[in-house]
Amino acid sequence: MHIPDGYLSPSTCAVLYGGAAPFWYIASRRMKKVLTTRLVPLLSVMAALSFVIMMFNLPLPGGTTGHAVGVAIATIILGPWASILALSSALLIQAVFFGDGGITTLGANCFNMAIVGSLVAYAVYRVIADGAALTSSRRVVAAALAGYMAINASALCAAVELGVQPLWFKDLSGAPLYAPYALHISIPAMMIGHLTFAGLAEMVLSAGVVAYFQRTNPSLLKLTAPGASPAQNESRLIAGRSAWSAVRPLWMALALLLVLTPLGILATGTAWGEWGARDFANPETRRKIAASSHNAVPPPQAPRGLERLYSVWTAPFPQYAPAFVRRPAVGYALSAMFGSGIIILIFLGAGALATRCRRGASGALAETPTGDH
Amino acid sequence: MNFLERTLASFVHALERALYAEELAKANGLLQRLDPRIKVVGVLALVIAVAVAHKLWVIGAVFIIALILAVCSRVPLIILIERVWIPVLLFTGIIALPAPMVIPGREVWRLPGLGWPVTAQGLASAGYLVTRVETAATLSVLLILCTPWSHVLKALRVLRVPVIIVAILGMAYRYIFLLLESAHDMLESRRSRMVGVLEGPERRRVAAASVGVLMSRTLQLGSDVYNAMLARGFRGEVYVLDNFQTAPFDWLMLAVFLTLAGGAFYLGR
Repeated sequence: MHIPDGYLSPSTCAVLYGGAAPFWYIASRRMKKVLTTRLVPLLSVMAALSFVIMMFNLPLPGGTTGHAVGVAIATIILGPWASILALSSALLIQAVFFGDGGITTLGANCFNMAIVGSLVAYAVYRVIADGAALTSSRRVVAAALAGYMAINASALCAAVELGVQPLWFKDLSGAPLYAPYALHISIPAMMIGHLTFAGLAEMVLSAGVVAYFQRTNPSLLKLTAPGASPAQNESRLIAGRSAWSAVRPLWMALALLLVLTPLGILATGTAWGEWGARDFANPETRRKIAASSHNAVPPPQAPRGLERLYSVWTAPFPQYAPAFVRRPAVGYALSAMFGSGIIILIFLGAGALATRCRRGASGALAETPTGDH
Repeated sequence: MNFLERTLASFVHALERALYAEELAKANGLLQRLDPRIKVVGVLALVIAVAVAHKLWVIGAVFIIALILAVCSRVPLIILIERVWIPVLLFTGIIALPAPMVIPGREVWRLPGLGWPVTAQGLASAGYLVTRVETAATLSVLLILCTPWSHVLKALRVLRVPVIIVAILGMAYRYIFLLLESAHDMLESRRSRMVGVLEGPERRRVAAASVGVLMSRTLQLGSDVYNAMLARGFRGEVYVLDNFQTAPFDWLMLAVFLTLAGGAFYLGR
């Protein structure tokens, strides 16, 4: 996961430093506002802790051991902004002092692990653990999933960064200058390890530590659980009202990603394995399929199963561009917004349904005295 | 070796590396004598030149420059072999191994028995990756082996790194050792009390609880450090003492570094 020097081109490194910089700036501004003069000592010890956590050997199911980044647990205990800064500092010390990760690729590593990791962990943890009591087992599940999703999102970012190198950076003979494998190899190669061992290690660490704090000191979990105070509907309402301000930066990041979506059209051709039934009949596309498949000749006609299924469902926006849109960049952005909108609506719907169910249950129990569960 | 022993071994390894670097930084070599700011700028320029180079021989030439720097700075080559070259070769070498067979291009050979084609472009690509990673890693390890960490941090001010970041990194480095020691003692005492073999879930519980304890202690430590700083008059402003002084030899070496990096940049286009 720590990308060393030499795997990414200088321009990719510069872009990722540029991508990380606003997050570092916002994080430091927000932390300074909250911590004021406490910022320096607290962040220092947190960065040191992140570094030490990365050195822990975690026992995994099946008898093996693995290392975790600790991004989810840092986010749950410290909040996403402090986690971004603490992990970035730890990654810098690791890169410069221990040679783990590179100097030119530090921006990329911070972007993948500290920034994407912390924001994904925060979003997943908040959505799943929303409204659960501090000692609820739902928080343990949420922490486990937050760790798993965060490390896999980081790995996916790293895989994409590595996978675009051979597309854009070649020498005169066509030999890739940096990471040599294209996306169709880099993504599975990175993800197999992270969907299994690394994901598992992160899961074990985040779930284990949350469970430990639930037993010993649940107040440490309060920072990222604003609606968790038991039997205080008022505070939950206040938390609900301020939820927008808490997640606003996440929405902004999402909006930024949506705006940047047209960058996707820079990649030419069809993604490997995403051919339509008609592509098999087109001689030009057949040549491209063969060229991208180590010169393996595609079958003379589309596989029958593909042909049958191809006619079953027609996407509303084939090729990511609605029919009335002429410019593909606009089409990409519109499709991204449409797709994200549907996902957000599904989540909001599920959230509203869950809240209604909870209210119904608490209404039924209103007469009976309840403790923390 | 169980997970406790492995974790303890990695703690000891980190401490050893840090102590050795501090020792070597005191030696009387070429890089040790230089102003840290010149070293940081010079090494960074060479690392960037390596990253930009589009020709294998240019990357190889910078690698030889790194070797000469190591010899002149009395860094034992065995240390570079053990810490940089072999680990990088094992990691990046294995990643680069399939490249000659996977990257499409002009076929130069076929693997006997398997019949897989080996392409010139694939071989070049694997060469780029391994030499680039080896050279950049050698340069950055040389910098840290020949400069105390506190000096590296202060030198970062030349690159306009905010003073608050320099202070945080400096303190973080100091507390890494305290936390490593604390975690080491905790795991060591746990290991000395263990007489049987722990079951899987129990092992995971112990590991998570250790991280949890360390986290609670760290948060407490953060408050203690803050109070101690307040007691000594800390009001939120951070100052770093920049007391480096450059000699003519430093400027000469800066010119050498920049000429080499510029040459590599120009020839490697």
